[in-house]
Amino acid sequence: MRNLLATQPLVELAHPGRRGCTFPESDVPPRPLDSLIPKSQLAATACELPELAEPDVIRHFVNLSTLNMSVDTHFYPLGSCTMKYNPKRHERLSRLPGLVDLHPYQIDEAAQGMLAILYELQQMLAEISGLPAVSLHPAAGAQGELTALLVAAAYFHDKGERRTKVLFPASAHGTNPASAALAGFECVQLDVSAEGLVDLEELKANLDESTAVFMITNPNTLGLFEPEIARISRLLHQAGGLVYVDGANMNAILGITRPGDFGGDMMHFNVHKTFTGPHGAGGPGAGPIAVRDFLADYLPAPVVIREAGPSGKALYRLSVPGKSIGRMRSFFGNVGILLRGYLYLRTLGAQGVKAVSENAVLNANYLMARLADVLPTPHGKRCMHEFVASARNLYKERGISAMDLAKRLLDYGFHAPTVYFPLVVAEAMMMEPTETESKETLDAFSDAIHKIVAEDPKFLHDAPHSTLVSRPDDVQAARKPILKWEPSAS
Amino acid sequence: MSYLFNTPDQRREMLRTIGAESIDELFQQVPADCRLARPLDLPPALTEMELERTVRSLAGKNVAGGDRVCLMGGGVYDHFIPAAVDEVVSRGEFYTAYTPYQAEASQGSLQAFFEYQSLVCRLTGMDVSNASLYEAGTAVSEAAFMAMRVTGRHEKVVVLGSVHPEYRQVLETYLSNLKCELVVVGTHNGTVDPADLKKLVDDRTACLIFQHPNFFGCLEEPEELCRQARSVGALSVVAFDPISLGILRRPGDYGADVAVAEGQSLGIPMQYGGPFLGIFTCRNEFVRKMPGRLVGRTTDRQGRPCYVLTLQAREQHIRREKATSNICTNQGLLALRATAYLSLVGPQGLKEASELCCRKAHYAAERLTRIPGVQLAFDRPFFKEFTLRCDGGVEAFCARARDAGFDLGPTMRRFGEAVDEPLSDALLVAVTEKRTRREIDELVAALGGLEATAVGIPALRETQLG
Repeated sequence: MRNLLATQPLVELAHPGRRGCTFPESDVPPRPLDSLIPKSQLAATACELPELAEPDVIRHFVNLSTLNMSVDTHFYPLGSCTMKYNPKRHERLSRLPGLVDLHPYQIDEAAQGMLAILYELQQMLAEISGLPAVSLHPAAGAQGELTALLVAAAYFHDKGERRTKVLFPASAHGTNPASAALAGFECVQLDVSAEGLVDLEELKANLDESTAVFMITNPNTLGLFEPEIARISRLLHQAGGLVYVDGANMNAILGITRPGDFGGDMMHFNVHKTFTGPHGAGGPGAGPIAVRDFLADYLPAPVVIREAGPSGKALYRLSVPGKSIGRMRSFFGNVGILLRGYLYLRTLGAQGVKAVSENAVLNANYLMARLADVLPTPHGKRCMHEFVASARNLYKERGISAMDLAKRLLDYGFHAPTVYFPLVVAEAMMMEPTETESKETLDAFSDAIHKIVAEDPKFLHDAPHSTLVSRPDDVQAARKPILKWEPSAS
Repeated sequence: MSYLFNTPDQRREMLRTIGAESIDELFQQVPADCRLARPLDLPPALTEMELERTVRSLAGKNVAGGDRVCLMGGGVYDHFIPAAVDEVVSRGEFYTAYTPYQAEASQGSLQAFFEYQSLVCRLTGMDVSNASLYEAGTAVSEAAFMAMRVTGRHEKVVVLGSVHPEYRQVLETYLSNLKCELVVVGTHNGTVDPADLKKLVDDRTACLIFQHPNFFGCLEEPEELCRQARSVGALSVVAFDPISLGILRRPGDYGADVAVAEGQSLGIPMQYGGPFLGIFTCRNEFVRKMPGRLVGRTTDRQGRPCYVLTLQAREQHIRREKATSNICTNQGLLALRATAYLSLVGPQGLKEASELCCRKAHYAAERLTRIPGVQLAFDRPFFKEFTLRCDGGVEAFCARARDAGFDLGPTMRRFGEAVDEPLSDALLVAVTEKRTRREIDELVAALGGLEATAVGIPALRETQLG
């Protein structure tokens, strides 16, 4: 049971003189601090941090945690986010001292176990993507996109081609255009067809010698596999451009098809989606990229290579590709998350990996079928790992919006699906149940939706009713932002 | 398989509801010529016990943890992590939650990030903090982009050569396909002479980026650097060390416009380089041009205080190619670690940790430089880290320490051309509050210092030759 006394802001729980952590006395010969550091560099006063005892801190955060929904506690069918179960063995093993206490500048010879793991992960991701060269360096999916676009820019620059445009369909994730702009490309958004797919005519009309990259999510954000993907790739290649596959939806196609097999030249993985890196309330993630062999030389540094050591035993080393675009971040990468991906793939094996996608697609289609009578899915009769239902009819006929449904679901103990994305569907509700949910859970969720749509619309506008707070005033938050604790703010 | 629920009979029932014969039928939309006709070639599946055995054996091949004594630096440090920090982030309700877009179901995360922003502002003396970026290198790059938006100057960014070479390399990559010149200011004796900036920082400059304490461990003159940037209308961007703020003046005190940091020191393990925490703070007036998520305080429909992600019109999911950054996933759980760490150590603990680092680093520097042929590379004040020059092989010097259980470095050679000064025979040594006088003395003895002449210099030379 939650204790709301403990969830007051930390600053208000504090009391002068309280301590949560003390350090040992100095054991080196005492010297005045200002004989070590010039006085002008020393702070006049200590930082105004709150003073708390360890039990204060624990009680505060443990109680705060109970104000969240999470995968460990609730069904979380958030489309495009792949909120699957996070195996507990990953938590134990990624905290082994030999892994967690390893300094990133330890020499390669002293990090052979870690490098072996990372090398093997590179190999596994290459196999799953059908693209031979992998960099584990990017910190998250969006950084993977940016990295790959800079790889493409370097590649075209080397070829002496001036290609300035990045194309993407209107259904793309916001990160695609944002990454393209950050990488210095001109963004060209393409309308999608009535079926929610890439419109080939629209694509052809915009393809020319200035096209660098076409970014495509496949399955797309409507949960549909692009049936013309092979043709799309051929069109791009004929125009001299590259195909980038946003791997956010890899959970649908593991072991079924591979981006490299349907014409992709570059892709990123979201280890925190597909391969169970916990989402951490917003991060960290890891966004490894895989590319074709002719792009391997441009990958960011460092990559892990395997050589024959002096005694014939394998020796793993960090290496900088010949024409590397450079670094995208300091140090190797988000290793803690990469480790979880490695542990997951080693647990599953080839058959297990394929079973993930089979069951993710089965669960999504089952839920779509169960909801079809009240929340029809406008695009596609079948879906892949997710589907985008529409509350348009409910809204027109009874004034119940996707947001109302989403908020009311919280009262029933379900996290809301993604709403109002992708933009190409009115009153969109994007649902991704993942493979780690049971039929019983999906049935209960479907039953809840059926009950909700029969409720009084006015009651739904005010939902949620059972959470600690109701709908926040976003306008007030943005108009006069309060972004830190201040005496006047409480 | 471990994480699936549905039994074969349930799957059949589900397929009946769907109206499909088989799971394979569900994949019919994947064209046949795109299908993988063979099983993936992956290592065989392992049970939990087998996995644990395999990974323990691999972890055992790393020189880390256990009784080893870490004096490595270069932006990642072996600081003490109170157990309570690990406990807080072990709560499944935190680490298995998504980004708190559904505010009513995410008040725990939202309040925690609001408190992170509050504590980071108090730590730095800055007006506003976002809810985290990836790490320091990208935080520096995002600061440069924000400076371009704020100043309207898109042609030139100036960075000191004493900034971490990897942060500078990240900045260089981020700018590589843009028409922006990156000017690196050379260092002398470990720092930059502010007088050298006059001709390099001008009215085309978006920002001046420095690190304090810098990559070599030396203290810069932050006030003067900020003043010079301001005098030409450029923003000053400092990369600071959070632990140093227990005793050093804060970025807000010396007038920084943007202050970023690697937050690893705040309760985050080294884990071979990540995930870490990109701290990003700035002046209030830039808030609508900031990158990354922000949590704000507001009220709900009943007027109760609550927290919500705000100013989202800056972000990629709303603004797409016009967003202030492409960042989506951030480092939420690490921000939570930092919040727990700062609330546990408090003002006094931070000061103690900071002082201990500083005193012990100076003791270590004094002792290590008694070893013949070993000296400080620079004659400058430093905080917890310093650059040592060793006559002869620096790798052998490190190897000898490593064999005795002490990890030093990185060597400057690791960074090649990216290091500004001629330092092929130098390395970094960092000393945190965790190190004891005894450890330092033993290290010095192992390296052939005065206390242990019997295993002294001749043996060291032998190692070098071998």
